Amino acid sequence: MDAEAIVIGAGIVGAACAYELCQRGLQVLVVDDGPGGATHAGMGHLVVMDDNPAELALSSASLAIWRDWLARMDSSCGYSHCGTLWITADEEEMQAAAEKHKRLQAAGIGCTLIDADALAKLEPALRRGLAGALQVASDGVVYAPNAARWLLGQDGPQGPGSQGGHDANLVKSAGSIRVLRAQVRTLEDGRVCLADGSTRSAPHIVLAAGLRAAALCPELPLQAKKGHLAISARYPSMVRHQLVELGYVKSAHERSGTSVAFNVQPRPTGQLLIGSSRQFDTTDNAIEVPILARMLRRASHYLPGLDALQIIRSWTGFRAASPDGLPLIGPHPQRPGLWLALGHEGLGVTTATGTAHLIAAGICASASALEGSAYLPARCLPSL
Amino acid sequence: MNATRPAPNTFANQNACAILIVGAGPAGLSAALAAAPSGRSIVVLDDNPAPGGQVWRHGAGAAPPGPLQQLQEALARYPHVRMRCGTRVVAAHSSHALLLESADSAWVQGFEQLILCTGARELLLPFPGWTLHGVTGAGGLQALIKSGLPVRGQRIVIAGSGPLLLAAAASAAQAGAQVLRVAEQSSWGQVAAFGAGLLRWPGKLMQAATLLPPAYRCDSYVLAAQGEASLQSVQLRQGAHTVQLDCERLAAGFGLVPSVELGRLLGCATRRSAQGGLALQVDAEQTTSVPHIFAAGECTGAGGAELSMAEGHIAGLAAIGQAATAAHMHARRRWQDFASRVDTHFALRPELSSLAQADTLLCRCEDVAYGSVAACKNWNDAKLHQRCGMGACQGRICGAAAQILFGWDAPSPRPPLSPARVSTLSLAGDDNGALQ
Amino acid sequence: MNIAQTVVHFQLNGQAAQVAAGTSIAAALYLCGDGVARHSVSGQARAPVCGMGVCQECRVLVNGYSQLACQTLCAPGMVVETGAAA
Repeated sequence: MDAEAIVIGAGIVGAACAYELCQRGLQVLVVDDGPGGATHAGMGHLVVMDDNPAELALSSASLAIWRDWLARMDSSCGYSHCGTLWITADEEEMQAAAEKHKRLQAAGIGCTLIDADALAKLEPALRRGLAGALQVASDGVVYAPNAARWLLGQDGPQGPGSQGGHDANLVKSAGSIRVLRAQVRTLEDGRVCLADGSTRSAPHIVLAAGLRAAALCPELPLQAKKGHLAISARYPSMVRHQLVELGYVKSAHERSGTSVAFNVQPRPTGQLLIGSSRQFDTTDNAIEVPILARMLRRASHYLPGLDALQIIRSWTGFRAASPDGLPLIGPHPQRPGLWLALGHEGLGVTTATGTAHLIAAGICASASALEGSAYLPARCLPSL
Repeated sequence: MNATRPAPNTFANQNACAILIVGAGPAGLSAALAAAPSGRSIVVLDDNPAPGGQVWRHGAGAAPPGPLQQLQEALARYPHVRMRCGTRVVAAHSSHALLLESADSAWVQGFEQLILCTGARELLLPFPGWTLHGVTGAGGLQALIKSGLPVRGQRIVIAGSGPLLLAAAASAAQAGAQVLRVAEQSSWGQVAAFGAGLLRWPGKLMQAATLLPPAYRCDSYVLAAQGEASLQSVQLRQGAHTVQLDCERLAAGFGLVPSVELGRLLGCATRRSAQGGLALQVDAEQTTSVPHIFAAGECTGAGGAELSMAEGHIAGLAAIGQAATAAHMHARRRWQDFASRVDTHFALRPELSSLAQADTLLCRCEDVAYGSVAACKNWNDAKLHQRCGMGACQGRICGAAAQILFGWDAPSPRPPLSPARVSTLSLAGDDNGALQ
Repeated sequence: MNIAQTVVHFQLNGQAAQVAAGTSIAAALYLCGDGVARHSVSGQARAPVCGMGVCQECRVLVNGYSQLACQTLCAPGMVVETGAAA
């Protein structure tokens, strides 16, 4: 055995799984070929989403774990405890916000309904004429690429970490994480075959490679959802909370077509990260200027002052969407020893911690604080 | 800043022309003049306040250089050639339209043919103190002086590489500065060989002879710029010695890097330049790999104003479907040979890649230290984990340096090609400006 | 008319300033002040470097909008502000 667990994919989900397994004393080998996927492209929001109970349970449990981990992370991880304001444009949306308020409160997530005046005081840059907002103060933002790197650099309580290479002399007493930069060519039971012809074996293999997992597991029912993002120059005092239109939920769960929704995030640098868009019909990562334009117009509709500000960069990314909008977390029904941790769509950073917890509980056959049946891959993969 | 100010006048009307030329330097103006007799509508864009590019930049008090004046007078006879200065290309709107922005406007410009004359920019390399107030590029100092920068009585050290150092020194001296030293990193042997070879280009030889200042030294390069709040002195390597010179300004530039971002964004193929970076690839008709896009001038490889003019002329003819004459091709060949000689004799010495210390900044926009970047595996790694290249210059300055220091290639450019207003980018809808 | 003799009146950081017509804001920063355009993310004073609109070090506010000082000529009535954060 080359490790007690192999994690394929060093994005935020893979890194979180590796970290959690290492904390439980396992020797973990993480294999990643480099280019980076959704983790490097996404907004890094830490946000409770409640479109259905399973999503609410996973995101709220995950955020609680995040708060624990973030307390140990360094400043390069860019954590900002800015909270989210779900903006309502009219009475109908305000009603929906009130229902959301009830659901979140029932789940133990503190949140506050605020009216138009209070909203204007909290965020003077928002346009007049909005109805109000639901404030979720416990939400935040993290810079996922550095958070993943931090997680991968944390070894267990004892024992050194070493980088790369095939180490036949694993000391079996302490958790550790080794990161191997290599491409996995094929997956077999209990081992991965790398592009250079070598293999690594482990009793447990966690597939956390997002959309690229399809190359190893063609049966995965994942669909790519393209998103555009744009980041502004520095305007430090313009926006203080993560701002999302309530209609975001409608856009986020659509299964086809192209849509944009207002979502602006103040970064610790003072820049504004502007989203969001969703497209199903493409895997081309080029910026589509008309979509960028639609997204920016939507944002300016809520923040009129945005029009005069400068955009410095834009980029795209692909979310991995499952058929029912919930991630696949748990054992592959057909392939023994293979654990799936993918299909997180737009909530990968938020739910990476909960995912890691479920995966580690499964691998270590220990009790899980979180009920995981809703995310089991068997629900959308044929069983043996 | 007042966050509720209305954005400058932006309208989604499609301006259209037959031939759009990006860049009003020697190449762009020559291309415009070559294409003008066809009678087809031509628009020439430039992001500077006036035409001329870098080499023909002239201050308000000074007359334009001869070749520029000739071109402008010739072009003035063609009313269907329109100049739009102070205008940047922000993005491609389609295969035949660009999204443009100026200080108080933004619009979509359609075209049938496109001629890219986007020029080149100075290579700036990091060394201790290079971010001190008082340190500029060499071409940078020349450009600033021509637009009115006061340097009278100031002690200036000019350092780096290439004939541009002489031009900068001449501008500084003419403006009343005291040029203490021109430190050329190339060796005496190389520079002498270059000078000897100039017999083939007597005009250049004359130019060099008149520009060569007494303070010119070869085998000399900057080690550090020193000072507290601003520059106070410069430390130079001088052969086997180290020299310290008290001064008010240091103008340091290490050659030229073609500006290929717009071409790459439009899908034009590139080739490796002599310095290791990228240049737009063109054929004998100055056509890029994209059939309706031509390129001429320094963006296809730096080589001086004469080469740019020859290439621009050929590109302009090609855009209107006319073949260049043998004389045109000969002129281009002649000046390409000159460009090759510059490449050969002013190649950068390896020591220049080791000037920066761990705490020397590499990315000026985000204040990222050289040490942080050097520990990264590649450009993407440096960008994502250290913020190198995430700032306003979009990785142009630090990226060109990283190419020399680490051999990293710049990634494919994405829109916006320079920081652009949200109102500008919002124009580019499929519904062409209708509000959501 | 000799354009160099025309004087342009504008405002720099709230003070009345004047330069010869055809002078860039970058040059005006030195003619009428200490040359500093802005401060970097770590607080270092920055001024024009490349002179041609590439390095972005010379960003200033012109009539409320971010422009590059080296590529902008001083115009009558122009309101220029320096010292913006990175």
